[in-house]
Amino acid sequence: MSKNHLELINLRKVFGGVVAVDDLNLSVRRGTITSIIGPNGAGKTTIFNLITGYLKPSGGIIKYDGRAVNGKKPYRVAALGIARTFQNVQIFSDMTVLENVMVGRHLRSHSGLLRSSLLPPFFRKEEKKISCDAEKWLSFVGMAEEAGRSAGSLPLGSQRMLETARALAMEPNLLLFDEPASGLNARETVAMGELISKIKEMGITVVLVEHDMELVMDISDTVSVINFGKHIARGTPAEVQVNPDVITAYLGE
Amino acid sequence: MGRQDYIGLCVFFAVVLTIPFLITNDYYISVLVFAAFNCLACIGLSLLLGYAGQISIGHAAFVGVGAYASGYLTVEMGWSPWMAMGAGVVLVVLIALLIGVPALRLKGHYLAMATFGFGTILYIVAVAAVDFTGGPAGLSDIPAISLFGLVLDTDKRFFYFSWAIVGIGLYFGLNLIHSRVGRGLRAIHGSEDAAESVGVDTPFYKIQIFVLSAVYSSIAGSLYAYYVNYIDPGPFSMMHSVLLLTMVAVGGMHKVWGAVIGAILLSLLPEFLSFLTESFQAVGLEYNEDYNTLIHGSILLLIMLFLPEGLIDGLGRLAGGVGGMINIKRHQDSAGT
Amino acid sequence: MDSGGGFTDLLQFIFMGLQRGSIYALVAMGFNIIYNATGIINFAQGEFVVLGGLMMVTLTMGFTFSIPFAFLITVLFVMAVGILMERFTINPVKNPTVLRLIIITIAVSIILEGSAMILWGKESHYMRHFSSDETFEILGATILPQTLWIIGILILIVIGFMLFFNFTMTGKCMRACAINRDAARLMGINDRKMVMLSFALSAGIGAVAGIIITPIIQMDFGRGTMLAIKGFGTAVVGGLGNSLGGLVAGILLGVIEALGAGYISSHYMDAIALLILLIVLFIRPSGIFGSSEASKLKEF
Ligand SMILES: Nc1ncnc2c1ncn2[C@@H]1O[C@H](COP(=O)(O)OP(=O)(O)OP(=O)(O)O)[C@@H](O)[C@H]1O
Ligand SMILES: [Mg+2]
Repeated sequence: MSKNHLELINLRKVFGGVVAVDDLNLSVRRGTITSIIGPNGAGKTTIFNLITGYLKPSGGIIKYDGRAVNGKKPYRVAALGIARTFQNVQIFSDMTVLENVMVGRHLRSHSGLLRSSLLPPFFRKEEKKISCDAEKWLSFVGMAEEAGRSAGSLPLGSQRMLETARALAMEPNLLLFDEPASGLNARETVAMGELISKIKEMGITVVLVEHDMELVMDISDTVSVINFGKHIARGTPAEVQVNPDVITAYLGE
Repeated sequence: MGRQDYIGLCVFFAVVLTIPFLITNDYYISVLVFAAFNCLACIGLSLLLGYAGQISIGHAAFVGVGAYASGYLTVEMGWSPWMAMGAGVVLVVLIALLIGVPALRLKGHYLAMATFGFGTILYIVAVAAVDFTGGPAGLSDIPAISLFGLVLDTDKRFFYFSWAIVGIGLYFGLNLIHSRVGRGLRAIHGSEDAAESVGVDTPFYKIQIFVLSAVYSSIAGSLYAYYVNYIDPGPFSMMHSVLLLTMVAVGGMHKVWGAVIGAILLSLLPEFLSFLTESFQAVGLEYNEDYNTLIHGSILLLIMLFLPEGLIDGLGRLAGGVGGMINIKRHQDSAGT
Repeated sequence: MDSGGGFTDLLQFIFMGLQRGSIYALVAMGFNIIYNATGIINFAQGEFVVLGGLMMVTLTMGFTFSIPFAFLITVLFVMAVGILMERFTINPVKNPTVLRLIIITIAVSIILEGSAMILWGKESHYMRHFSSDETFEILGATILPQTLWIIGILILIVIGFMLFFNFTMTGKCMRACAINRDAARLMGINDRKMVMLSFALSAGIGAVAGIIITPIIQMDFGRGTMLAIKGFGTAVVGGLGNSLGGLVAGILLGVIEALGAGYISSHYMDAIALLILLIVLFIRPSGIFGSSEASKLKEF
């Protein structure tokens, strides 16, 4: 097993004339929280979309567990054990909270069209197991009470938690968070930070994109700073904070 | 886990069993048999449209394929009706794969137009391929189907038979919705990106449900052929595809029960209208089949504008609203005394 | 038709193709105008053509109005229908989903079709040609003066719209809305009015198509669907939103159809045309002209 859980090598993405990710090199150590920070439009979300297969790289390699995983469809990437959340929350708003998390158990259950349609859910063991597991993950993020609510009716903070629970229900090895604290109030942000640390303690590798510097500096093991799709600095939170390049990138010349 | 749905299913079977005792007029029974065909096709369409969120405005073509496969194979090749129905299903699966695989890569308007175009092509073929379909004159002398040696050639027998099949279709549909696959489909509807992020193979799921819904239509078509014993291209036109869409929308797209209710209501509508206008004949108003297009279009538009969730949901909310008002009134009353 | 040899036949088919293709191009243009302003595909586009044709029939044959006067009234009438459609079925929809909008325009389309059937009956309607209906010959191919009218009017409309979108303030505003509605709104453009205008223009173009083709095809109430499908296909082949692409694609489709009908089979002609359009839709939803990036440049 290689030390690096995820490795981006000369990763590149060009949209028309815009170079969103510019020959980026970045590695993520197993079992750590690595944060990627950078100004708006730096290319952070694009990096996530490349890793998870929503976009195809214009060049470079994405190595996961030492194997190249470029160009796979998102659902194949998910099957490798990579989960993610979205910057603009993507929940299934017409389903209940519990059902949302049950969808997260998709890859951990198996019945297909035929088996699904022969018997009602209450006669099927797998269904019970799925809903049981989903409840467990819902409690894990502290939302057990909301199980029966319609997901669309939740406030944004709870929606972000729900999205996290759904990702956790996949029992992933690597979890990518895209601005999990954006739109949250101070209390919710703290809760989210604690949750992410707890996730790390479970042995899941976390990559975090976030603008809330306090949160980032609090929980990260490593911070990578990018600007215009390029890696400009990397280090511990303390190192990065005093790096002159980073300060220029954020404050301008 | 959707217990109400299964209670509903029991009620459904009870109602089906009692109806022929309540309605003795064969004509009305036959109207209900036609409703059953629409119901079956609509259940399939609602799985596709309401749950997976994929539109098709070509589903009447699948009904047509089932009907013509049954008609041609029994009349020209001498197959047994059951065999022919099975062959129709196989044929529809193949056609649905052929059209669905490329079409379901498309979204929204493109998918709508692709299914529209495809439905029109099959309709043109039904009219033009005279050797197989009999052209505009159609195929006649299609045999009746029999079950355990009992020939289903009376309205009442066919009523039980067709509604039993609708019941089975409902049972499968309901199980599917409350399953891993059903959740996967609803997830696709909710957010395709999110569904893929948890590992739902969206292209595969879409094609599966497209094929399944086509199979429902095909069986409806075969049943139609065995009941009417005659088919021509008319009932499989684009207008019928839109009618199926209307039925699903009227009842409520996001519930299989919506499809059932919508199909029954719209199938009975012409009867109701002609009954209604009989009373107004003095005024010179007379219902005429030619008005159907306009009426269906208006219903579809009104539903989409004012009750986009369909009648079940809309009436439920209305009832809830009225109930709420009564409650408030009661509170005020008790406060007054 | 006397078989004046391969070349004459070919020329004959090409003229027929131009004539059909002009109509497809106009329908595609109608699709594009609404699409650019709203992102909606208006499934009722074909009904505008039918209404135009039938109204013109009534005015010229029933009321014996002069052609130019009837032309004007018809176009205004159908534009009014377009505006009503937008006001009462598109504008009030508060949280539109694509699915809902699709179904709404389908509903309007069958309402219009049903009304046309009740008002004008099921039969085809004859209308007199704009000028003489005596054919004349070009290089052995026989041509109706009406064909020249069709091609001429198409050219006029294309030029007219180019001028409108490039040199008038309203036209420029519509283009701005098409490129970026939010930005346009921030610049103070009334995007709601632009949406209404786009329905009016699109209905007007549909009406013109119906008016000019009716002397040749004899309009009936049921033609709208096929026109809509083919017009949409044309718009897609040309790159949705790209009206010049649609123009070329329309002519192309018309000519292919005419050749197919002439040399292969007229029974399956529509089916073949649709099949070609489906294949293009499947293989290149961004259209055959230029790359998918070029298709983003919404030229009117
Ligand atoms: N699908 C796309 N098509 C074209 N350009 C895109 C696309 N996605 C992103 N871009 C461009 O790529 C650049 C990087 O965008 P990205 O969303 O990755 O930034 P980000 O770092 O996530 O910013 P933010 O902090 O605002 O979320 C931006 O210039 C953006 O406009
Ligand atoms: Mg971002």
